[in-house]
Amino acid sequence: MYVAVKGGEAAIRNAHRLLGDRRRGDRSLPAIGLHQIVEQLALAVDRVMAEGSLYDTELAALAVKQARGDMIEAIFLVRAYRTTLPRFGYTKPLETSRMAIERRISATFKDLPGGQLLGPTFDYTHRLLDPELAEDGIVETPERRVEAHEHTPRVTDILGHDGMIEADGDMPEGVETGDLTREPLSFPLERDLRLQALARGDEGFLLGLAYSTQRGYGRSHPFAGEIRIGEVEIELEVAELDFPLTLGRIRVTECQMINQFKGSSKQPPQFTRGYGLVFGQSERKSMSMALCDRALRARELGEDITAAAQDEEFVISHSDNVQSTGFVEHLKLPHYVDFQAELDLVRRMRGEHERRESENREAAE
Amino acid sequence: MGNENSSATPTSGETDFGRKAAMALLAQATVQEMKDFWAHWANKPQVETLRGPETGLVMMRGRIGGGGAPFNLGEATVTRATVRLGNGAVGHAYALGRSSEKVRLAAIFDALWQEPAYRQTVEDTILAPIAQRLNDNLEDRRAETAATKVDFFTMVRGDN
Repeated sequence: MYVAVKGGEAAIRNAHRLLGDRRRGDRSLPAIGLHQIVEQLALAVDRVMAEGSLYDTELAALAVKQARGDMIEAIFLVRAYRTTLPRFGYTKPLETSRMAIERRISATFKDLPGGQLLGPTFDYTHRLLDPELAEDGIVETPERRVEAHEHTPRVTDILGHDGMIEADGDMPEGVETGDLTREPLSFPLERDLRLQALARGDEGFLLGLAYSTQRGYGRSHPFAGEIRIGEVEIELEVAELDFPLTLGRIRVTECQMINQFKGSSKQPPQFTRGYGLVFGQSERKSMSMALCDRALRARELGEDITAAAQDEEFVISHSDNVQSTGFVEHLKLPHYVDFQAELDLVRRMRGEHERRESENREAAE
Repeated sequence: MGNENSSATPTSGETDFGRKAAMALLAQATVQEMKDFWAHWANKPQVETLRGPETGLVMMRGRIGGGGAPFNLGEATVTRATVRLGNGAVGHAYALGRSSEKVRLAAIFDALWQEPAYRQTVEDTILAPIAQRLNDNLEDRRAETAATKVDFFTMVRGDN
C-alpha cells in the first residue's frame, strides 16, 4: 500500500524567511549593492557568468548576492533564469584576433610582436594578506604609457607559418555546430561540443583534471603559448537588416596551449594544441580548459587512452557542476520510503546471515 | 586612430556613420545617455512600438583554436525593440543586456537617423559623443595596459 504524506509547509516557509535574515546579516551594516559586487568582486561575477553560461554582469551579481556567495548556488540560479528567456539566434563567431587587449602573455616567445602585457594580474604578488585593504584606503590610479598601437598577432599564427604547429581546428565539411542546450549529449562527441561543455564546466573539476595530465595521467607536455584577456565585439545577423548588427562587447579569456607531439600513425611530429575560451577574466579556467581539450583529443590524434582526463564520457559527464550538485544534493531530500525498504532488506539479509552462521557453528561442533 | 575594432567607431574625426556603425554606437550607449539625448531632443515624433522591447538570449560562438570551426561558447542577454515614427520611418535596436528603456530609445534614434532631415543632428549630438566616450575608454585601457608591458634587458655577465 502506498501512503502519501504531506507536511513541512510551515517549516519550509520559516526556513526561507530565516535564510533571508541570515543573508542580510547584521542590519547595522549597509547592504551590499549589485554595482559593488560587479566592480569589487568582479572575478566572482565572471565565474558565475562562465559556468552559468550566461553573460550578464548584473544578473550574475544578483545571483552571487542571493546565494550568499555560494558560487555553485549562484551558477544554478543563473542557469534557471536562462530557461525563462526565448533565444533570438546564434551570433557570428567572435574574433579573438581583434580583441581590445587588457592582458597578453606568452610563455613560449619572449619577444613577440605586441609584447608581453601583464595587465591586472595576481602573478608576481607575494600572496601576503594586505591589512591596508581592510581599511578603505586611497588606491592609486593606474600608470599610463601612450605609444603607437602595435599589432598583437596570435602566437599560434606566428608558429603556424613554418608548419611546426597544427592549424586551428576544423570540423568536417557540412557539419552543423552542436549545441548541448538543444540536444542531449551522445558520445562520442566532436570537438565543438566538448569545447561548449568545457567552457561552462566547473573550474575546480577541470583544474584537477588538468593538473592530473601534468602529473603523468595522460601526459601532454604543455606550454602556455599565449593567454589573452580583453573585450571582443559580438555581432548578430538578423532578418530585418542586411548587415550583421553589433550588439556590444564582452570580456573573454583565451588560452592557446601548445603541446609537444611525437607523432602517431595519423600525424607527423609537430606541436599540437589545446584551446580554452571563457567568459570574463578567467585565466585558471581557460588554461584548465585548454589542457583538458588537448587531453580529450587522444582519440583524434591516435594516442592511447589511459587516463581519466582523456576519457571523454567521464570528463564531460561530470564537468557540469549544476548537474553534479543536483544529483549529489538530492540525497538530502526525503528518501524515507526507499530507506524503509532498504532497512527491511538489510534486516532480512542479516537474519539469513545469522542463521547460516549458527548452522555452520553447529556443523563444526 | 589605430583602432582594430573600427566598425563601432567613425574612421574620420568628423561625423560620418553608416547605419551599421550608427546602430553599433546606439547598442553601446548607456541608458542614461539615451535618456539625456531624448530629453534634449526637440520636436519629439510620435512613436508607435511595433515589437518589444523584449529580452531574450543569443548563443555566442567562438572558434576552435581561435580561428577554426565555430563552437557554442555560451549565451548572453539581449534586448530588442522596433518602433515606427509618425511619418512611417521604422527603427530597430538590439543591445546586450536587459535595458528596455535604452533599447526603445535606441530604436527611435535609429529611425530618426534614417531621416535625411535628422541624420546630421543624430550624428552630431548623439552618435559622436558616444563614439568619443567609447574611444576614450579604449585609449585609457590601452595606455594602462601598455604601462604593464615587460621591457626585457640583458644582464651583463662577467667573463671570468
